[in-house]
Order: sequence, then C-alpha cells, then structure tokens
Amino acid sequence: MTNRPAPGGRAASAPLIGRDREPTLFEMSVPGRSAFQLRTTGIPVRPLSELLPSELLAASPTEIAEVSERDLVAHFTRLSHRQFSVDLGAYPLGSCTMKYNPKLCDTIAAMPGLADVHPATPTSMIQGWLELMVELEAALCEVTGMAAATLQPSAGAAGELTGLLLMAAYHEANGDRRRRVLIPDSAHGTNPASAALSGYEVTTIPTDERGLVDLEALRASLDTDVAGIMLTNPNTAGLFEEDIAEIAAAVHEVGGLLYYDGANLNAILGVVRPGDMGFDIIHMNLHKTFATPHGGGGPGAGPVAVSQRVVDFLPGPKPTRLADGTFGWMTPARSIGRVHGWHGNSLVLARALTYIKVHGGDGLRRVAERAVLNANWLRRRIAEHYPAAHDRICMHEVVVTGTALKRATGVKAIDVAKRLLEEGFHSPTVYFPLIIDEALMFEPTETESLQTLEALAEALDKIALEAHEHPDEVLAAPRTTPVRRVDEARAARNLVPTEDARG
Amino acid sequence: MPDYMPHTDLEVEAMLAFLDLESIDQLFDAIPKALQVVGGLAMAEGAPEPDVTAEMERLARANTGAASRLVCFAGAGAYDHEVPPVVRALAGRGEFVTAYTPYQPEVAQGMLQAIFEFQTLISRLYGLPISNASLYDGAASVTEAVNLAVASSKRQRVLLSTGVHPTWRSVVKTFAKGTGHDIVEVGLSDGRTDFTAVSGLDDVGTVVVPQSSYLGTLDDLAAARALCDQLGAVLVVVADPILASVLKSPGAMGADVAVGEGQALGTSLSFGGPYLGLFACTAAQVRRLPGRLVGETLDEEGRRAYVTTLRAREQDIRREKATSNVCSNQTLMAVTAAIQLGWLGTQGLAEVAIRSISSTRYLAEQVTDVEGVELLLPGVATARDVAVVTPIAGDELLERLAGEGFLGGVALSALTEEGDGSVDPSLRERAVVMSATERRTAAEVAGLVAAIAKVTR
Repeated sequence: MTNRPAPGGRAASAPLIGRDREPTLFEMSVPGRSAFQLRTTGIPVRPLSELLPSELLAASPTEIAEVSERDLVAHFTRLSHRQFSVDLGAYPLGSCTMKYNPKLCDTIAAMPGLADVHPATPTSMIQGWLELMVELEAALCEVTGMAAATLQPSAGAAGELTGLLLMAAYHEANGDRRRRVLIPDSAHGTNPASAALSGYEVTTIPTDERGLVDLEALRASLDTDVAGIMLTNPNTAGLFEEDIAEIAAAVHEVGGLLYYDGANLNAILGVVRPGDMGFDIIHMNLHKTFATPHGGGGPGAGPVAVSQRVVDFLPGPKPTRLADGTFGWMTPARSIGRVHGWHGNSLVLARALTYIKVHGGDGLRRVAERAVLNANWLRRRIAEHYPAAHDRICMHEVVVTGTALKRATGVKAIDVAKRLLEEGFHSPTVYFPLIIDEALMFEPTETESLQTLEALAEALDKIALEAHEHPDEVLAAPRTTPVRRVDEARAARNLVPTEDARG
Repeated sequence: MPDYMPHTDLEVEAMLAFLDLESIDQLFDAIPKALQVVGGLAMAEGAPEPDVTAEMERLARANTGAASRLVCFAGAGAYDHEVPPVVRALAGRGEFVTAYTPYQPEVAQGMLQAIFEFQTLISRLYGLPISNASLYDGAASVTEAVNLAVASSKRQRVLLSTGVHPTWRSVVKTFAKGTGHDIVEVGLSDGRTDFTAVSGLDDVGTVVVPQSSYLGTLDDLAAARALCDQLGAVLVVVADPILASVLKSPGAMGADVAVGEGQALGTSLSFGGPYLGLFACTAAQVRRLPGRLVGETLDEEGRRAYVTTLRAREQDIRREKATSNVCSNQTLMAVTAAIQLGWLGTQGLAEVAIRSISSTRYLAEQVTDVEGVELLLPGVATARDVAVVTPIAGDELLERLAGEGFLGGVALSALTEEGDGSVDPSLRERAVVMSATERRTAAEVAGLVAAIAKVTR
C-alpha cells in the first residue's frame, strides 16, 4: 500500500468538511435585510392597485428570505463545499460518463452573443445560432451514421420518448398499427417508462449467459406486432452486443425498427456507428458523451438522429441551410410536432459543438480508445477482490460483482460504495443492471489518469481487506463526510419537502 | 493534438501490456470488423482551444439580434431580467456545475439542501405544499401536469386554454399522441379563457388555464375552479413565477397543480434553453409527482440531512408502470433560481414584479400614442406582456426596428399557428407581443416609440 499523493483519492475528500449543519436560507433571514440592486429606469412605478383588478392581488408579497449579499455568498459557498463533483475528483459512476467537463465549453456558452439571445428573435438576426445547430446536427449524424437529427429533446429520456413517437409515426404512415416494443432486461429504467408513455406494451427480452441479448428468445418474440426494439450497445453490462447484425436483420425482417439508447455511445466514438449496425433511431446524451456538465442532475441534452426512412417525421421547426447559403427554419413534411418549448437546451448544444471541434474525428476516436482502455485496466487490476460479472474484455465500463465478498464478510455492494466515499472517490453505480447480483458498475472515463485509477484500485483493495478483518469498520462508513448514512425511510414516512413542512 | 486525456504514449503501452494486448484496436475485437469505421470519421481534425474560441466567436457575432446588441422588448415566455454578478458567480461554481444527480446523499448535501430551498421557494410562490426539484421547461411542466391530472381523474379529455403559450401547447399535443389524451383547445374572449364554447363537453378530467396568458392577460381562476368542481376535474394553473409573488397564488385560488417557466428566476435568455420547468401540487397528488423530490431527514448521528425521497414514483423503479420517464432534469437552473431568489429576497422579487407590470403598462401607453398603433385587446388589463397591433406586418416591423437598435417584441405570426384560438385572425399578422422588464428605462422606451413611429410611417 502506497501513500503516494494521487490526483483524486483522500485529498479529494478534504473540502467536504463541516460537521455542523448549514442553516437554510430561511433560517438566516433577518427582516429588513436585502441584497438586490436594480437599474435606475426613470419609469414611474405605479401601485399595483392602479394597474390590476384588486381581487387578483395578494395581501402581501410572497415571503422569500432576507439576507445580505455577503451571507448569500457564504451560504452557497459552504453548500458547494458539501458537494462532490467532477472538478473535485474521480466520479466512476457507471452509465453516467462523468468525464472532465472542459472549462472552455462553459466560457463559450457564456458569450453574450450566444447566452443573451431571445428564443423568438427573427431568423435574420440569429444566423450564428442556426449555423451552430446545423453544424452540430451534421457532426452528430456523422458520429452516429444517421441522416438527420433533431436537437430539441432536453435530456436522454425526452430523446427516448421523441424517438418512440417517431417510430410510431413511421409505422402509422405505413398504415401499420403495432403495439409492442422489445426491451432487454438489462435496459435503463427510462426505456420501459418511455415506451409506456408512447403507448406501447413492453416485452422483456432475457439476457443469456454471455451477458448479451438472448438471440433465440428475441427471435421467438418477433412478429408483425413488434414496432421495434430498444437497445444499448454496448449494453449496461459494459459488453458489446456481438450479434447486432443478426438482431438488426431479424427485427427489420418483421418490419420493426431499431432504437439505439445512446447512453453508452462514449465507448464506440469513431470505432463503429449505430447507423452502420442497422439502427434507425438514436438518442444521444450530450451531457455524457460530449462532456457537457451534469449540473447536479441536469441540464442535459438528448438529440435524436434518424436513418433516411424516418427523416420526414422529425420534430420541427428545424434549423436548416437554405439554398442561398443563409440559415432558416423548416418543418419536415410529416413532422410529429414540437417536443420542446423553444429549440432545445441551446447552451448545452453550444458546449457540445465546442467539445467536438476541439477533438475532431481523430480525437473522438481517441476518447473511445482511452475510455475502454481505462475500464479494462481497472477490470483486471481489481479482479482479485471484485471479479467482473463477465470475465472478458469490456467496453467503457465494467460491472463487477460483490457476491463473494458479501458471502465471506457480510459486506454488501452498497457498503463498499459508502466506504469508498471516505477514500475521496465517488461511489460506482450499485445494484444496476438489475440482473447482476451485488453489482458495482465502474466507468472511469478517458479523462482519469493511470495514477488516479491506481489510487482507486488501492482504495478498493484496502476496503476488501478491511471487510475480512474489520467488517464493522466498512459497515459504519462513511464517517468523514458532512453527514453519515441518512435515514431514507424516515424521509419517505415523514415527508418534509419544504422548510414550511418541518414539524 | 492536445486534448483532455492524460495518458502518455508510454502509459498506454504499459496499460496494454498489463492486459496482454499488443494494440489498442484489440480492445474492440468484439465488434464485427465489417461494421467498424474505416479511415476515420469524415470530420475536421481537432483544433486547439484558441482556434475553436475564434470560430465560436464568429458564430456569436452573427447573432445580431442578441440582447447584448439590441434593446430587448421581447417577452412571451422568455424575459430579460437582471442577473447580477453574485448570482452568476455562485451558480457557476464547479461544485454545482459538475456534480451528478445526488444518488449518494453523504457527499451531495450541497445540492440537496439547495434543491430543498428551491422547493420551499416554489411551494411558497405557488401556494402549494409540494414542489419537485424541476423539470425541463415550461412546456414539459404543462405536459407532465396533464399526465398527472389524467392519471388522477382517470379521464382522457383535457381542456387547454389557448392563453397558454402557443409552443407549449404544441408540445402537449405532440406527446398526447403517445398517451392518447384528448386535448381540446379553448379560445379566449377578451383575454380570458372562454369555457362557454365547450360547455357541452362531458368526460373532462383536466382544465388548464394560464396566469397570465402569453398575451399578458389575466384569467378568472375562481371561475376555472368552479368549473372543475362542477366537472370533478383537476385544475392546472400555468403561472408566471414573478407575477406569482404579488398575485393571489394558484394554490390560494384552488389549483391542484401549478406549473410554469422559471427562466425569469436567474437564467439568461439562452436562445430558449436550458430553462427551468416549475411543478407544484397539493399533498393529495404527491404520489403522482413527476421528477425528483428532496426531503429532509436525519443521519445516523441525528444530524439534519437531505435525500431524494418517494423514489418509488420514479422511472428507474417503476419502469413500464411509471407515469413519467423524467430522469435528468434542470437541477442547475433550480439551484440558480434559489440563489437568484435569495439575492432578490421578499422585497426585491415583489419590486421586480411591480416594475415589470408597471413598465409594461407605461410601454403600452407610450407605444399606442403612435398613430396607427393600438392594443390588440383594448380595455383589458395586462400584466408583464402586452399585445399591440401596428399598421404593418409584425415580422416586418421587427426587422425594421432591429435596424434602429431594438428587439421590438415577438410577432404573433411567428409564434402562433394560423387559426389559433387565442387571437383574432384578422389582426394576427400585424400583432406583436411586447414586454418591459425592470431593466428597461424611460429613455429606451422613448427610443422604441420614436423608432416605431419612424418605421410604420
């Protein structure tokens, strides 16, 4: 065991301090205190009673909180110190692709010429935005091997729903009413939820002993009532679906379409394209693959790209290059309609294009190579205590199982995850995919160094040894974080969702 | 080419050797060769940051209508409010920007507490006890509200006021194709939702009305509540959060669900996104609440702690039985809103509301002094938006005003579809929605008025 300082590791836990609770904004409030400063306008301010019918007016304004600017800064700075982040340290959270978010992208997104544009500004005055979106659409289509894309969906789940509505519109245009969508049992939970919201029944396809779609079971489920299949490739076990060409042929044979859940696209950038595998519809998570920051759970962006046969159904209006070289809007002939109030999460789109331009086609392939290299190095390095659920080369993430550790020591996957927090690493994803017992899913991403991976592996080894020698120590973790394990049952039983609900 | 990956060539070699591999391509052996990309992607090579910055600056400069270059009188769902340096600095902290969803509460108390504060603020503004941690935008919130209301009422038919923002209504209709909801749009009369036209309809389970409408007019929420009581329907109020600080709240007026667009709470115009979907409801509806919810609890040592709660509602647990598929939302915008509201405080938020209403009224009075310019709805009280009709086409007016240095508003011909029930078809082409926030000055209004007089002459 070395004590060599490493990027990430124990050092990353240091800012997460503060054993006492931070008061809420409301507890800090002092009547009469204020921070706001508004522009001098020269416009007379008239009392509301002169402007609006009195029966609509509240007796007094909504009570917010009254704090000074200094207190506001201190409060949110202290809150930020109680928050793990990619900026702070390694975040090997499987299926979430928590790679480094380049600061350049934030700077670009803050440029007044992009950030201060009203969404209903006339076309002649937003030529830069339209060109940016047309260029991003082209880049995403090249990466995925598709014909056209919509940039409107705000997140992956919105992209899924959009994609499934496209699937339905395609079949309907063929006079075809199909009721079922096939989804593997290893799929992300958003897949079946999205299918249900688009009016489809879900048929679950089992996974075989290789960790891949059970081809025979798939064939048995296929008929002309199947609208399509939703697949992630590589799948959520971090494995490439090797039979994808056969799967595509079988689904297409019954007239179904293939939907690609782009959550795991990072693994295959520049290596293989969903379009070339036979997929017809794909959503991307720009906040995963293209490094836009996650913001604590959003904003994301979930563009949907489609093959030629689905192009006419895309949402509109869509940015387009006109014959005279300028840019405008167009709505596809048989569009399903709008899926966003405006044009999508535009500033997220600007960040993604910036990231793509820095990397280029060559750099994107390098992203996939390094992501897969890191995952495989970690897979082998930690195999002694945490064997992979499927012992072979994985893609960008590896699912290991804590079954043996649990049997020998009583320490479960969640306990390892909690103990890892003390070591300055964010926990991996636990208990997903659902089909793998005691699953711990690591996705190191391409931006973590060999030294950081080694520090992570050492921390995991240490936890495994501790589980054998002093299991209580692991079970008690985390002890150094701003709070210790929280009472989730109490939160649900005695719901306190606001300051005002506190008993 | 420089990038953000740390590996040296020697390290890559060592890592491959550790895996008993000779080349990095072997990592992809499971992928059939016939499918693999040959010769690389057909894209430009990577470029260093300064080169990319120059190119993105070129694109930004081509947005000649940016509010940094034209004085912005456009509103209709997106507003040019003051966002001070302190809010930008705090909301831009890397700890917030680069965090993930707070799945591990022990190291996510910062985000969780900020969301708890956001939920409290939205709950107070809307006068309802439950607020979620955000949805994508106003359009998504209305869509989810309709889904909740249909699930609650078990009736597919929805009355949707055309006072609700036109593009949001389009989104609701798009997603209704999947859920099978029957969306019936209800026209306006003098700016209020006119339910008399649909009085014969039965089986209505949901009524959706705006406060205010995208034209700035105010609805009769008491009448909407009475209608819902009569029909046994769920009342959804689409409420502007700035106005909500000075108007009787949706909850006080009997809303079961209140939703809205939170962009005005600290988020820049952003060409339409990322924005902030607001969603609040009664306690009776909490089990159907879409999206994430943060609750307060205790840790093992009895310390106050926050955690995402009632998780059994969410898609990753309910899967195909879920009534919402929302996963990622707009948390960073929610935290930004909490910071912005903290900066404004009770007095500041009311001040922004009063000034926005007052200045928009002043704008309306000044603009209608120009010959040939009239209110779309004369004699109807409006709040933070107002629709005017000029002698020339709305889109042409805006083009001409841009030449004078103004973003003069939003043309209804661009915002609404032909035949939309919210606007007199004979006036639609010449109608423009305008708004003056607390940032607009008397000199700017005078300049706009002079420009309108000049370009419509």
